[in-house]
Amino acid sequence: MNNGTVTETAATGAILIEHEVGLHARPSVKLTKLAKTFISKIELGLSEDGPWIDAKSIVKVMAFKAAKGSTLHFRADGGDATQAVAALVDLVRRDFDESHGGG
Amino acid sequence: MSRLFVLGDSAANADIRPAGDPDQEAASLRRAVGEAIRQLEEVSATVAADAQDILEFQVAMLGDDALTEGAFAAIAGGERADAAWRTALDAQVEDYANAGDEYFRARAADLEDLRDRVSDILSGGQQQSVPAGTVLVARDLPPSRFLGIDWQAGSAIALAGGSPTSHVALLARARGVPMVVGLGADVMRVPSGQEAMIDGERGTLVVAPDEATRAAARSRATEIDQRRAIAAKFQNAPATLPSGEAVAIMINTAGPDELSLLDPAICDGIGLVRSEFLFHGATLPDEETQYQAYCRILDWAGRRPVTIRTLDAGGDKPVRGLTIDDEVNPFLGTRGIRLSLLKPEVFRVQLRALCRAAVRGNLKIMLPMVATPRDLAHGRAHLGAVVSDLAARKVPSAAPQLGIMVEVPAAAIAIDRFDADFYSIGSNDLTQYVMAAARDIASLADYADAADPAVLSLIARTVEHGKRTGREVSLCGDAASEPAIVPHLLRAGLRSLSVSASAVGLVKAAIAGALDR
Repeated sequence: MNNGTVTETAATGAILIEHEVGLHARPSVKLTKLAKTFISKIELGLSEDGPWIDAKSIVKVMAFKAAKGSTLHFRADGGDATQAVAALVDLVRRDFDESHGGG
Repeated sequence: MSRLFVLGDSAANADIRPAGDPDQEAASLRRAVGEAIRQLEEVSATVAADAQDILEFQVAMLGDDALTEGAFAAIAGGERADAAWRTALDAQVEDYANAGDEYFRARAADLEDLRDRVSDILSGGQQQSVPAGTVLVARDLPPSRFLGIDWQAGSAIALAGGSPTSHVALLARARGVPMVVGLGADVMRVPSGQEAMIDGERGTLVVAPDEATRAAARSRATEIDQRRAIAAKFQNAPATLPSGEAVAIMINTAGPDELSLLDPAICDGIGLVRSEFLFHGATLPDEETQYQAYCRILDWAGRRPVTIRTLDAGGDKPVRGLTIDDEVNPFLGTRGIRLSLLKPEVFRVQLRALCRAAVRGNLKIMLPMVATPRDLAHGRAHLGAVVSDLAARKVPSAAPQLGIMVEVPAAAIAIDRFDADFYSIGSNDLTQYVMAAARDIASLADYADAADPAVLSLIARTVEHGKRTGREVSLCGDAASEPAIVPHLLRAGLRSLSVSASAVGLVKAAIAGALDR
């Protein structure tokens, strides 16, 4: 960043959260764990204009209290920004790999 | 009967020493948080997956600097580690406690759990140890505390606060520990050591029960044991009336997974497969997925009949991307066959999978929520189209019998208008529609009586029509699983019941008259 040779990318993505009970404990753990596997700075918002919070912080993600039916917006900045956003959007699309019971 | 144990609030004995050097205080907090993580990971290694998820969440929270930064800032400003930590966590707890959503409100207990664990470590205090097999009274019970207690037979939990959606409620349910919540702060004043019991039916804690109450509890327990023994005796035998007349006992199921634990010999077939189990995923199930699932069910049943109900979404069973949201009264809305006819592309995928699976065993198709002969005619037309298409393509398939659920009063009242291959009475919905009392409203539970004469007369009417025209009539609602209601159903003429698998033994005993005193 300071020597001008690092390739810098920014990426954004949005996805409707359809998890039965919103962005709750287990999904939040999965989301922040996945976010931490990327070096980019990754942020999460409920609208295109923010406010933005650190997607790698479980405390902040939980405090966000995103309910089912909210649209999650991701924005990332860094070398693997595009992959990071794609991976997080995909995790939400897969409903956090949870199958819920009921019926 | 177990003794009461009141668990006091943790770390109320905050130490009053003056703050040490900020660096030392910060180091103490860091050590305490590290120790708390270690303890949680240690407990986590010994518990089941559901508990691990909860502890993993707690460990992730503790490992996040965002949780501790407020405390470290206060310490830098001269605050004691313990006070700084509690103040920081109290703010978090407060934030969750004020959340609009019940799930998030319940997370306050997780934060309190973390607050107290770290706080106890900081003060060097020991957690009060809870004797095994007690009726535990507490303000709330943190999940990590729950996991550290020996919940042997006779144990129970009574909470002043708490929530049925808390992590600890989840754990208690999974482990069969009786629990009541929301008893109010006064319950904390009950002295430890007294005998106590929980009345699960009323949701109350009974302290120092008198002899009559104890005797009632004992006899209830004995009765449950006796019934279990009777059920075990009847479970594997065919069901017969005292006259010797046979009654067919089928089971209801929500999919192949739960069947794998059951012996098919306990029943005469499956009277209801709730195909909604296929529709809980993120996307709608394709034909192959459905076909495989239906085949597994048929393979389990062998030559026994298997009645699969087409998707009964809507009402209290939304399916995302399919059902219509925000209907004012979903029970009177676009549900069951109404939805299928509205989404023929989804309906036909299911019918194709069913017709293909039909070569594998004795499969029947049943349409839910049929209210007019037109519903049945349209359903039959879709089935006919699917059958001829599969035949034209030479795909191995068969045309199954097509029956209807009799659950809308219009169908029961004018049953002779419905030219179905068989009828299955859905007593849950039939009752709620006849009594005009939604079955998801707890305070109206008294109206949800399938033995009401109005409901029974519609059942009898359907049975009568079936006898006259040579069509099979069965009943697959919850009423069939209730031994007390079974005699009414038999008197209405029913000789085929589909019940929950866990009720098979008792229902067979009730049919044989073995439960009568």
